[in-house]
Amino acid sequence: MKDMADPKGLTRRELLSRSITAGASFVVGGGFVAGADAAWAMETAALKPETMATLIQMARDIYPHDQVADEYYAAAVKGYDTAEAAEGIEAGIAALNAAARGKGHADYLSIGWERDRVDILRDMENSAFFQQIRGGLVTGLYNQKAVWPLFGYEGESYSQGGYIDRGFDDINWL
Amino acid sequence: MAAPFDMNDDNVIVVIGTGAGGGVLANELAQRGVSVVALEAGGRYLPEDYVNDEWESFGQLAWLDPRTTSGDWRVAKDFSGLPAWIVKAVGGTTTHWAGASLRFQEHEWKAKTTYGEVQGANLLDWPIDGAEMAPWYDLAEKKLGVTRTHGMPGLPGNNNYKVFEAGAKKLGYEEVHTGRMAINSQDNDGRPACQQTGFCFQGCKWGAKWSAAYTDIPNGEATGNLEVREKAHVLRIEHGDDGKVNGVIYADADGNEHKQMARAVCVAGNSYESPRILLNSATSMYPDGLANSSGQVGRNYMRHMTGSVYGVFDKPVRMWRGTTMAGIIQDEARHDPSRGFVGGYELETLGLGLPFMAAFLDPGGWGREFTTALDSYENMAGMWIVGEDMPQETNRVTLNHDVKDQFGMPVANVHFDDHPNDIAMRNHAYKQGAAVYDAVGATRTFPTPPYPSTHNLGTNRMSENPRDGVVNSNGRTHDIDNLFVSDGSQFTTGAAENPTLTIVALAIRQAEHIAGEVSRGNL
Repeated sequence: MKDMADPKGLTRRELLSRSITAGASFVVGGGFVAGADAAWAMETAALKPETMATLIQMARDIYPHDQVADEYYAAAVKGYDTAEAAEGIEAGIAALNAAARGKGHADYLSIGWERDRVDILRDMENSAFFQQIRGGLVTGLYNQKAVWPLFGYEGESYSQGGYIDRGFDDINWL
Repeated sequence: MAAPFDMNDDNVIVVIGTGAGGGVLANELAQRGVSVVALEAGGRYLPEDYVNDEWESFGQLAWLDPRTTSGDWRVAKDFSGLPAWIVKAVGGTTTHWAGASLRFQEHEWKAKTTYGEVQGANLLDWPIDGAEMAPWYDLAEKKLGVTRTHGMPGLPGNNNYKVFEAGAKKLGYEEVHTGRMAINSQDNDGRPACQQTGFCFQGCKWGAKWSAAYTDIPNGEATGNLEVREKAHVLRIEHGDDGKVNGVIYADADGNEHKQMARAVCVAGNSYESPRILLNSATSMYPDGLANSSGQVGRNYMRHMTGSVYGVFDKPVRMWRGTTMAGIIQDEARHDPSRGFVGGYELETLGLGLPFMAAFLDPGGWGREFTTALDSYENMAGMWIVGEDMPQETNRVTLNHDVKDQFGMPVANVHFDDHPNDIAMRNHAYKQGAAVYDAVGATRTFPTPPYPSTHNLGTNRMSENPRDGVVNSNGRTHDIDNLFVSDGSQFTTGAAENPTLTIVALAIRQAEHIAGEVSRGNL
């Protein structure tokens, strides 16, 4: 993943020693957010790492695909880590956490069940912030070529001569 | 004088737009020895330039200049700034079209007579009919190499079609086949046969699908009678004191304005831009815009009753493989008011790639109801619904003076409300489409709302009586002798069929008329 610190250069123990856990899925430290399994890590420039971790969880809760790893959701929202976008994102995530506290949770990331997080998102689905994130994900997530194989989609075919000899009519269960 | 032509050469006919209407007209006039300057707002892209990537291609080809929307149609909510999915390029939307090439049914030329009074609809009979159009349809089918006509074999069916066909037959449908398509099923016209690549909407990289971009346009240019000016964005048409049009003002790629003088002007900018140009050309002599004494310019906008049905199965389909529109069910295209609506609809297979499925399956949808559908993308089959919608005077293209384009011209606002007949027909089609998939074991089906419009029709409609429309039976404006409309905006009613073949047939017919008028000294 582009802009990602090299996770191979950091053992899980080293990573954890430099970070705190954020929810069950993420660890955050000074200027970075990473998967709890240290499989990926991303430096943040304008957003607080906790904010980025929450944004990644929110992205998954909007478009949850269990076969799609967190790093693709991270890539889908990485573009908000800019000086121009940061203020709006920090405010949006702050509102999300406030809504979580209103329902008796410490913050959004600490909520264990997707159902309870989605309840909070449903309450704010008409907000400009929610629609900004959801709308951006439609291309940010699904237009990543790396996720296409996870859905079976084969993408470009011209360079391989199309499907005339590669199964355009190979259905066998009808 | 041979192309290129001088700006002051008022012997030329200016054609605005180079798609199914303008591109064909420009070539057909050039073939008849008439000098033509074709002004195209977009750039020139050929098969080697097309990309097998939905969003990248969209960025390359789509018309993305600002437009606004209003009305109760769902497109205005889901895609408020993008009412149409059409192309800004040499060849126009013939780069993007799927290739379905169907003749109107006989009764569809006479919608008012056949359907009677439909409350809220502004129905009218065309001033022409199937007998008049038959020879022009023959020429159009031969030009496009339409399968299942004139000896061109049908295309083979892909997986998406096989699911569709099996369901249709179980349901008892009889008129089910791989379509009449302007996609080569064998080498033809110097272009290869279909390689089942998919990505028909992104421009055919093989050139197997007919597009004006690499057929009529270069053929016309080869005569020496046609000059195509690309990135020439028309702002308005001008006229002289005699009331006749005398030239066209356009902005070039650098934004510099020019006036190309003209003997006659043919407008073919699609059903948004064509009325917009006429309205933006208002003067003290024509205060409501050119050719608008009837007040009908921009009115009676039609977009076909559309929608899609996707079905999920327990085994793979891989609908993206092969021809995007790979087959058709025509049993519902008949006029049979016992179904609760007038007119009819076609069901045609459609396959989208994952990126566009995410954008179009249920715009605005999220959560597991949405994502579990995409999780089954590989096991999904799809079809598109296309049916006749009712012309309504209040469905119209107007100028939005609050929003200007990059040249400072008011943009088109597109207002559309579904007619109750459109809604009844769509609901019927959703039910039948789902039944097709259920018949072969679908575990889930999706009644998907309309995409941004590709079939934009009717905003300069053809009428016998000048009071009822904008152009006569030759596409010549009732008001101004040397001003023509040459695209789908001249459609009196929309019929159930994909419109390109009819646009092409009308363009060939109009070329014969205009060339005749030139040689008779009437233009």
